[in-house]
This record gives sequence, structure tokens and C-alpha cells, in this order.
Amino acid sequence: MTSDPAIELKGISKAFGPVQANKDISIRVMPGTIHGIIGENGAGKSTLMSILYGFYKADKGEIFVAGKKTNITDSQAAIAAGIGMVFQHFKLVENFTVLENVILGAEDGRLLKPSIAKARRTLVELAEDYGLNVEPDALVQDIGVGMQQRVEILKALYRQADILILDEPTGVLTPAEADQLFRILDRLRAEGKTIILITHKLREIMDITDTVSVMRRGEMTATVKTSETSPAELAELMVGRKVLLRVDKTPAKPGPVVLDVQNLHVKDEKGVERLRGIDLQVHAGEILGIAGVAGNGQSELLEVLGGYADGTGTITVNGESIDLSGAKSDGQSRRARGIAHVPEDRQREGLIMDFHAWENVAFGYHNDPSYRSGILMDNAAIRADTEGKMARFDVRPPDPKLAAKNFSGGNQQKIVLAREIERNPDLLLIGQPTRGVDIGAIEFIHQQIVALRDKGKAVLLVSVELDEIMALSDRIAVMFDGQIMGERLPSETDEKELGLLMAGITDTGAEHSVAEVQGNLAHVHAAEKGV
Amino acid sequence: MDVMPKWAEVILVPLISLLLAAVLSALVILAIGEDPVAAVKLMVNGALGSSYGWGYTLYYATNFMFTGLAVAVAFHARLFNIGGEGQAALGGLGVALACLYIPWPHWSLALIGATVAAGLFGAAWAAIPGWLQARRGSHIVITTIMFNFIAASLLNYVLVNMLRPQGSMDPATARFPEAVNLPTLHDLLAPIGISFSKAAPANVSLLVAVAACVLIWLLIWRTRLGYEIRSYGHSESAARYAGMPPTRIIMITMLISGGLAGMMAINNVMGEAERLVLNSVEGAGFIGIAVALMGRSHPFGVFIAAILFGFLYQGGAELALWTTIPRDLIVVIQALVILFTGALDNMVRMPLERVFLSLRRAPKPERKEV
Repeated sequence: MTSDPAIELKGISKAFGPVQANKDISIRVMPGTIHGIIGENGAGKSTLMSILYGFYKADKGEIFVAGKKTNITDSQAAIAAGIGMVFQHFKLVENFTVLENVILGAEDGRLLKPSIAKARRTLVELAEDYGLNVEPDALVQDIGVGMQQRVEILKALYRQADILILDEPTGVLTPAEADQLFRILDRLRAEGKTIILITHKLREIMDITDTVSVMRRGEMTATVKTSETSPAELAELMVGRKVLLRVDKTPAKPGPVVLDVQNLHVKDEKGVERLRGIDLQVHAGEILGIAGVAGNGQSELLEVLGGYADGTGTITVNGESIDLSGAKSDGQSRRARGIAHVPEDRQREGLIMDFHAWENVAFGYHNDPSYRSGILMDNAAIRADTEGKMARFDVRPPDPKLAAKNFSGGNQQKIVLAREIERNPDLLLIGQPTRGVDIGAIEFIHQQIVALRDKGKAVLLVSVELDEIMALSDRIAVMFDGQIMGERLPSETDEKELGLLMAGITDTGAEHSVAEVQGNLAHVHAAEKGV
Repeated sequence: MDVMPKWAEVILVPLISLLLAAVLSALVILAIGEDPVAAVKLMVNGALGSSYGWGYTLYYATNFMFTGLAVAVAFHARLFNIGGEGQAALGGLGVALACLYIPWPHWSLALIGATVAAGLFGAAWAAIPGWLQARRGSHIVITTIMFNFIAASLLNYVLVNMLRPQGSMDPATARFPEAVNLPTLHDLLAPIGISFSKAAPANVSLLVAVAACVLIWLLIWRTRLGYEIRSYGHSESAARYAGMPPTRIIMITMLISGGLAGMMAINNVMGEAERLVLNSVEGAGFIGIAVALMGRSHPFGVFIAAILFGFLYQGGAELALWTTIPRDLIVVIQALVILFTGALDNMVRMPLERVFLSLRRAPKPERKEV
């Protein structure tokens, strides 16, 4: 290629205190290509992109945009250099229209009207050029996640970005929406735009990128042509050792029913029905996976089962019914009944980030007789127990006195898992077990879940990662809009069928347009926001 | 990992804040044409130079320990109880009723009875905002400060219309009977051969305050209840997950907090005034906020900070007495201390963190995230 790279980073280093987040990183991204950056959580991908977008200033190193050395001091400078960013968590004003969001911060004059008129014309052109269909006058809170993401892309293009950075763009999308995003990226590439795709999903890298850079512990370990590598090789480069990409497990030997849920209804604070008559059963020695796009009632299901949301219906555990509302219905009473819960959001619910590891090990079990002496807590006993748990679950560093926030995501999750699994529960509720967890730890966590199943315990697994559901579950139930759309055996279904069920379409044999899928999902997203 | 070592966090930061406040105060004193060095000498001498000065310093400190602990306990549940003033006023009412209407045979029994009464009245006064917060979501900052005004009016009414002795023009109760008068530090120390000023008001309730510091430390850091309070304070969502009911935690915390603020009355009402007067609290409820902030909500920090503020109060009074420095300026100095130790904490902390970071980076150049 004759032209200069669209972006070239030379020797970028950045430290946060004692942590070296980026160490002497160099990349060249050629124009008109999709360049993937893959790495585990905490590998330094986001830091690197934040430097490129002007959020952080690198301690060392240079940035060249289209061959010219560029000093990116803030996001305005990045935009001026033609760099646009689509964040993992969208930065949209919910009660503004699509059009208003697009021009926000890029208004031409003091009066809004000419800007809006101009933006409308531009939006139509962009939609034609790149297939980025949006409804300009819809409120952002009423449109689906996929369209919100397109608004973010449009925002960047409207600011004449030639280089687009996408940070974990498929995290919130259904498989169908993700496919559509990739078609858009393909089109953008064809039109000469340069795209940097940050992800931790190997499949996305293999599907769409031209070249891929692997980051590990702040360093760039390799840059390879995608066509010349394999997922296994990339995984090894990311983790630094060979990784098992699938879960090894024997067929389930289901026993009697442990959890029986009948006609479960849950309303949120606004009175919107979030669970609309759930029936499900989990047997001993079985993992039931709940698939679904985030926000379709899975969280509410876990909350009710975990004892901290009210619902109506009947739930029995080992044949005994459970009080669903009232004073006796809380996390303590559920634990007493042999239900352990690894919550979806460990930082918000499962752990207290400022507490020491040992204090977190007692969390929820602080009334346990072995953790107290008289009216006082037996801190020495808890610390000793924590040391044992840390050793058995390979928590690093094995220091009970370190605050939870100072552990990596994977090690935080191991602390929660150790706390819940070592209680030897009859039923384990586990939500998003590997969200924000590095590949090495994923393997370990999956093994622990399967091991619990093999001990004859019941596991209810909720995950938005379809791969995870497929790999772990003995049976899969798909949730959509507060209902179970159907149950499948993993051996008898595929991602496409599950994807349609996740979008609320039950006659999975027929052909369905992307628009139909998205229409259904938009409806749910709107409901989720209480519209 | 923590950025700063613990000693820097708990000692260096407040110390530097205090120094900054002192420097600024010195400049203000200079600006009005007085000599700051002489002023400091006068303050130190007046507050710490004699057993009389100490007696007053410790008397004020006792008040601040109670109100500081009250704020600190609530802070641990992330509740900002700024109603210490009203809760202490109601505590005074409890003390007065207990002392006036129960014939106590001995001061020690009276002290126990009055402490319980003061605690109950203070707790009851805090319970209403607590309940409103827990059940109705009314913000506790708003309700507790409103309840300060209600308490003042209530006390006014009760003193004028109910408790005022016949023929008295003073909105105050009658003097408490002699049997319930608490021994001062002079009385306590004389038997063991230490002579302590007879005039100073510091009394046996100082020991109760110190005991309260120890007990609250035990409560917060060693009991399951304290664990639940801290959990709730750090993360309400996590507390819900763990099965710690928010209503219960809010109510219990506010009862303890209000009770502590109320107990201050055994010092100022029972120990010093020996009757209940209007506005007996004299702002100690608000100083408690500064004490809790400076003490980092830790009972031992509160203990130290209370003594510091006791020193400022007494030293300030001396300053006003012996110099032409106006009384208002004393308030300015106290305000500067509150401002620097409480509100402007990050101003000192952040540069200091940077210093420690660069110190750490030098010897250990590479330390991976854990």
C-alpha cells in the first residue's frame, strides 16, 4: 500500500499510579480497513483508545493521523482530526430526538433551526450512503438499542469522522442486531472509512476484521492478519497460555425437581409488569440456562428468587413453598433454604467494593454461627475461612485484607463464587457469571459451575452471552418481554433459532426480516424504560 | 491498593488541613492589626495552660464527643443527620424530667437514669425523620434540620408553659435537687490527690462520653449490626441482595444517632447548668458535624477532634475576653478549621496522594495491576 496509515501510534505508554496500563504500544492502522484490538479486561484496550480520543494524555509516545503527527489533547481535538468514538455505554440524551442527539455539541450557530435542517439533509445522505437507517424524529428512549448504536455512529460521521473507534459494540445486541452492525461496518469500510473494533469476543474478530492486535497486561503482544490466525492462537496470545475454548462436561443426570416456579408475576416500581407468568423447573444435577437480551425480565427473575423483589405466584424449593412477599422474604431467608445467589452485577450487589475481601466473604452469611463469637463477629475466623477460600478458588492476590475493588473482575467473581458455592447450596442462582471476567478465569468459573451440577445440585444460569448459555446449559429457556418463549435442548437448537426466540418470534421455521426482529425488540426496550 | 499509607490518611491530611486553617487565621488576625503569635499564646494558655482551662476544654469536648459520635454513626449508614441540635435539646428535656420528677437517692443512679432518659428522648426525636426517610423517602437532611426548629419551639413551649416554676420570669426549669448534681473533675480527682480547678464545669459525663466512643467503636467495627450499617452505607443495592432490610437499618441507625446526640444533655444540662434553660445546646449539634468529618467518622478520630474543637471553643472564649479581637473573629477561626478539615478535604488529599504516588513509583518501577 502506498498511502500513509490512517492512524499510527508510536511507543504509547501510560501509567495510573503504580499500574502500567499501556506500555510502549505501537500500531499502524491502514485506511479502509477494520482493525481489531482484542484483549482481556484490564489489558489496556480502553486506556489506549481513551488516549487516542483525548480523554487521557499518554506519558510517552506519539500519535500520527494520516501521516501527520497530531497532538490530541481532548476529544474536540480528536474530532477535529477525524476520529469518532462509539462508546460501550451510549452517550445519548434519552429524551431528545435522534436528530437533536446527532447535532448536540455540533450546532452551527446560536439558532437551532438551521442546524436541524442541515442535519436532517445530512442524515438522509448518510443513511443512503451507509445503510444507516434511523428515524430522525423518534425520541432516543423509544428506539431500540441497535438503533441507538446507529445514532452514535451517525454522530461520529456527522462530525466528519474518517476513523471510527467502536468499544465492545455488540455487548448489548442480539445476534441479529450484531449481524446488522457488521453489515454496516462492512459498508463503511467499502466507502473508505477506517474502523478500530475493540472487543473481547474472538468470533467477532474472526468475522469482520482485516488485521488484529492482541493486548495483554498493557502490552501489545502481537499484530497479525486475521486471515492468517485462528481463535485458538488469539486466545493463547491474550491469556499467555493454552485455553480451553469450550466447556468439558458429561451429560447431565437430572434428579428430582429442586426449583419449581409457577405463574410468577413481578411488577416494577412504576407498576409495569416485568415478569408475566413464568413457569419453569430446575432439577437436581441440571443446569437450566436462561437466554435472552438484557432487560427482558431475567434480572427480575433472579431478584425474586434471591428474595429481594416482591412477586406473585408460587415458588417451591425441594417441595416446600417459599414466601414471596412480606417480612420473611429476604436474602437471609433464601440462604437458609439452601439457595445461593451469584448476582448479575457483582460490583453493585455481590460485593461491597470498599470492604476487605474477608468482609465480603461474610457478606450475606454474617449471621452464620461459625462467623461469630457472642454478640461480636469473629473476624479472625472469617479471615481464616477467607484464606482457605482464596486458596481453593485461586484468588489472586490471596490477601484477605485487600479491598474488593483492588481485585480484577475475574478475581472478584471468584470471591463471590467461593462464598456462594462453598455453602453447598441445593440451588445456585447465577447471573452473568463471566461478565467482565478474563478468559483464564472464565474457564475456571465454568468448571466450578459444572462441578456443582455434577454434585447433584440445581443451577439456574442467566446470561446474555449466547455462547455461554450454549456451552453450559443442559436445557435452555429463552426469555422475552417477561415470558418464557420456549425451551430447547442445546443439542437440538442453534444460535439462529435462539436468536429469533430472543426477539419474541416463536415460529422459528419461517423467514424473518431484521426489521421485524428489531421492531419487536424496540417495543421491549421502550417498555423497559417505562414509556 | 490504597494510594496513601494509613498514617498519612488519618494523621497527615488533617494535620496539614489544620495548619492551613491556622495560617489563614493568622493572616486574618494580622489584617485587623493584632498579633497572631500573641493570640495563639493566649489561646493555648487559656485552654490548656491551667486546670481551669482544661476543665472548660474538656467540658466542651464532652459535648462534641456525643454529637460527633451521633453524626459519625449515621455517616456509616450514609445518613447525614444534621439534627443533633434538636435531638440534644430534646435529650435535655429528658434529663430535666428525670431529674425533677424522680427522687434519686444518689447521683450515680441519677446519672444512669438521666442518660437513659436523654438517650430515649433524643432517639425518639431522630426516629421521626428516620421513619420518614425509610418509608416515605423524605430526605433526612431536610427533615432533621426542620426538626431542629421544631425542637426549639417545642422546648420553648414546654419551658414557658409547663416546666417554669411559678413566679419565675425565666424560661427555664427549677434547679435540679442537690442529690442529682454530678461530681466535677475536681470532685473526682481530689480523692486521688490531684488538684483540679473547682470552677471548671468538666464533670463525670466526660467518662461516659469516652465510654461511648469505645462502645461505638465496638458497635461499628465488631458487631453484626455495625457490619450491616456499614454495608448499607456503602451500597444499598448490595445490602438488599444480602438480605439486610433498609428500613430496619435506617431506623436503628437513627435511633442510635439521636440517642447519642440526646445524651449530650447529661453534660450540659445535668452536669453544668443543673437546670434546663432555653438554647442549652449552643450549637454543639452542628459542631458535631465538623467533629465527625474531621474524625473520619471513626470513634477515636471523633475523640481527638472533639478535644481539638473543645480547645478552639475555650481558647476562643479567652481570646475574646482578653484582647480586642472581636467574638465574631473567633467564629471565623472556627469556621476556617471546619472548612479546611471538613469541606476542603480533597484540596489537601489530592496533592498528597500525588506525592505518595511518585514516591512509590521510584523504588518499585513496575507493579502490575492485581
